[in-house]
Amino acid sequence: MEERKIRVLIAKPGLDGHDRGAKIIAQALRDAGMEVIYTGLRQSPEMIAEAALQEDVDVVGLSILSGAHLALVPRVIELLRANGQDHVRVFVGGIIPEEDVPVLKAAGVTEVYGPGTSTREVAEAIRQAVLGEEVH
Amino acid sequence: MRKSTDSDLVERVLAGERLALARLLTQVENDTPTGREALERLFPFTGRAHLVGITGAPGTGKSSLANRLAMAYRKLENREPPRVAVLAVDPTSPFSGGALLGDRLRMKDVSGDPGVFIRSMASRGAVGGLARTTAAMAQVLDAAGFEIVLIETVGAGQSEVEVARLAHTVIVVDAPGLGDDIQAIKAGILEIADILVVNKADLPGAENTLRNLRAMLDLAFPEERDDLWRPPLVRAVASTGEGVHEIIQAIQAHKDYLVKTGSWVKREEARLMGEFESLLQAALLARWREEVGEETYQNTLFQLTRRQISPWQAVRRLLEGDSMISE
Repeated sequence: MEERKIRVLIAKPGLDGHDRGAKIIAQALRDAGMEVIYTGLRQSPEMIAEAALQEDVDVVGLSILSGAHLALVPRVIELLRANGQDHVRVFVGGIIPEEDVPVLKAAGVTEVYGPGTSTREVAEAIRQAVLGEEVH
Repeated sequence: MRKSTDSDLVERVLAGERLALARLLTQVENDTPTGREALERLFPFTGRAHLVGITGAPGTGKSSLANRLAMAYRKLENREPPRVAVLAVDPTSPFSGGALLGDRLRMKDVSGDPGVFIRSMASRGAVGGLARTTAAMAQVLDAAGFEIVLIETVGAGQSEVEVARLAHTVIVVDAPGLGDDIQAIKAGILEIADILVVNKADLPGAENTLRNLRAMLDLAFPEERDDLWRPPLVRAVASTGEGVHEIIQAIQAHKDYLVKTGSWVKREEARLMGEFESLLQAALLARWREEVGEETYQNTLFQLTRRQISPWQAVRRLLEGDSMISE
């Protein structure tokens, strides 16, 4: 059997058109040996959850710069759970005010990353989150 | 947690459950024991789907075309719209082993339709335009009741013709402006085309591309013959949907031709025999390796790499059980 490949969906929910961050992280995770499904701009939470289901991903990475994270992120997580994908880890990157981070984590987000985060750190956190839980 | 549901994955897939399908596809893609056992149980339900390959050079618009085709199939009016699955293969990086799978980017229009299922897969080191398990994944989708399975290859050049072995119908997508380099592509990939599409036909140079391809077809098919399939040449603009209905008609016409001439059955037979032979080879090899014993095997390899015996001698020794070489 082949080595376990981590599958990640990178999506940009909402209406802001800045996908540079999403592309950089997608490329960095590819370089870290993961299979990255890139879905691009202007995705509704429904589209993201459906893509995550069809692709059977381990991780969903959401890039949000519009300020709508408190509306969009919990909705994505709710839909993932409704689809039976409780095991999928959700990471958020972008411009997220500090006081919103605990709110997102309470909603089920594994980690939130702001500008200046090293991509290596993100890749390592994803690897830990996915492979760490499979040991037991 | 995920393990407990593995046992009834097959039944859930046959009942049309999408999450179970997604998970089973992962098992099959990773060639796990669960995946292999499921394939065996699903076999009686396979053989019904029309497998349609979509191949062509990078950037010709294969994904956009797959998106449009799926959309158009779902809106067919004169019959019950078929359920459509898309398997989209993108290359794995030879350096990191990772992959960026971007085909979904062009398939947003069908993403909410429960009659459509899109799965991206990485080539994982296989050459030929597909991944090693693409054929098996197509079988799962077939068993799950998708009547049309579109198989999009990695951006292909001259030798990525593996899809011709798997698909019943192969669409080769070309686009204007690829220059004279296209001549090189023609020799390899055009030979497997059942349908030729010139996409982005609204761009300058489209007429040239069409003329070149038509001339090539005229050379290959100098006379009208009923018993030979001459690939239709379709001009299309995937971004607007132009030409998509002609492609769907051509796909159906090709299927009718395959069925009428008995080639459909022959292709299925050839595919099954190929699959059987590679399974047999793998099984025989595994069994023989067990019989021969690791130590004997390693000793022979050692003598071979020291050039004490030739590769032919090494094989003879292992197969015929000659006593080990005395030094």
